[in-house]
Amino acid sequence: MTPAPSPGDVLPSLTVPITRTLIVAGAIASRDYQDVHHDAEAARAKGAPDIFMNILTTNGLVGRYITDRLGPGAVLRKVAIRLGVPNYPGDTLLLTGTINSICADERHAEDVDRLSEDALRLLAEVAVVGTNSLGRHVTGTVVVALPTAQPPLRESP
Amino acid sequence: MRDDLHDLLKTYEGRPVAVSGRGPDPVNSPMIRHWCEAMGDTDPAYTGPDPVAPPTMLQAWTLAGLGGPGGAQVRPGPYRELMALLEAAGCTAIVATDCEQEYLRPLRPGDVITFDSVIASVSPRKTTRLGTGHFVTTRTEIRANGELAGTHLFRFLKYAPAGRAGDRPARPRPVINRDNAGFWEGVAARELLIQRCDACGRPRFPWLPGCGDCGSPDWTAVPASGAGTVFSYVVMHHPPFPAFEPPYAVGLIELAEGVRMISNIVGVEPERVRVGMPVVLEFVRVDDDLVLPLFRPADEGAV
Repeated sequence: MTPAPSPGDVLPSLTVPITRTLIVAGAIASRDYQDVHHDAEAARAKGAPDIFMNILTTNGLVGRYITDRLGPGAVLRKVAIRLGVPNYPGDTLLLTGTINSICADERHAEDVDRLSEDALRLLAEVAVVGTNSLGRHVTGTVVVALPTAQPPLRESP
Repeated sequence: MRDDLHDLLKTYEGRPVAVSGRGPDPVNSPMIRHWCEAMGDTDPAYTGPDPVAPPTMLQAWTLAGLGGPGGAQVRPGPYRELMALLEAAGCTAIVATDCEQEYLRPLRPGDVITFDSVIASVSPRKTTRLGTGHFVTTRTEIRANGELAGTHLFRFLKYAPAGRAGDRPARPRPVINRDNAGFWEGVAARELLIQRCDACGRPRFPWLPGCGDCGSPDWTAVPASGAGTVFSYVVMHHPPFPAFEPPYAVGLIELAEGVRMISNIVGVEPERVRVGMPVVLEFVRVDDDLVLPLFRPADEGAV
């Protein structure tokens, strides 16, 4: 069993090859038909060198990264991201995360029947950074309810 | 773009993007699977007999996709007006910059998605690496079967690409003379005035001193309804004119009253303009000193 995360812990990184297929599949799966996400000619006409990833796909990848590293059973509560440089085809996105804090989940205490068998779920706030060859593609903060299967954690400060 | 433009843009804060919008589809397993395949997300919570949707799909359930002309970009009312103002000011490019979502309740197949969205803020003019423009922030509440399921704050930069439009000269001024002064007074009062011959009743446009049909010099100015169709159009790519950012659509609009006028067709990607497309008049302030009667697609299909 993975040890319980605690503030300051660095999550193992996730490397995502930015293929044309990923950019297009992500745009269509998120119902985002802006041409700059699937039509290279249109993207160039608007000043970009190529198609680039849409924000919803970046959001989805950040969510996946966190639940991959803290799940299964981890449930996303908040995802807040800011984009920097674009993700163009052929690049590689490296996602890294650091646990900012751990605290008790008060809001969902009444919701335990659906979300878990244990009212004492803990929330982790994770700082996420995603970089590619151009620099920082995404910075963000994710709040995630940790799986109940985690061993007890030490008290949050 | 001047500060006066921002004063105008700020009046859109608090106004709706979508009121009681409805997701085109209820939450469903195929879209969840397609999302997970695209993202490479194998979290078991999103599969199996009782899946939940990946929370980060929140916005995807609200998007119109290709439904309706212009797809997700076309929304009725103040939001479209705001976008038209920004486009008229040269801010033709758009890039999403921020997405902040809070997930209050899991979404499951069968959940019917409704949402309300407002223009939360419009920033003063900002110059970024990409170009100069304004950040627009929208705030959306998403409901599942009427129950608040999530909130979504979205920010994008609507901008004039750097090195192309940032220092664009002003649009040419109309030449106003005795013959057409009444038309421009109408525009100033947000009325599209055409002439009607007092002798034979024939409507005419553009403004002329006499009737081309019967020769009578007597006429009355009458307001046009603003409804029309695209009779013909051209999409300008080349040559470039400093005040305009190609591509843009110039249309010959046939008004409901039977006369035709030349104007821009905005609020739709130029390549989507078609002959016969119903359009409606919109007065657009393109800068401090110039308001122009432009046209945009009449279709209100997408929410």
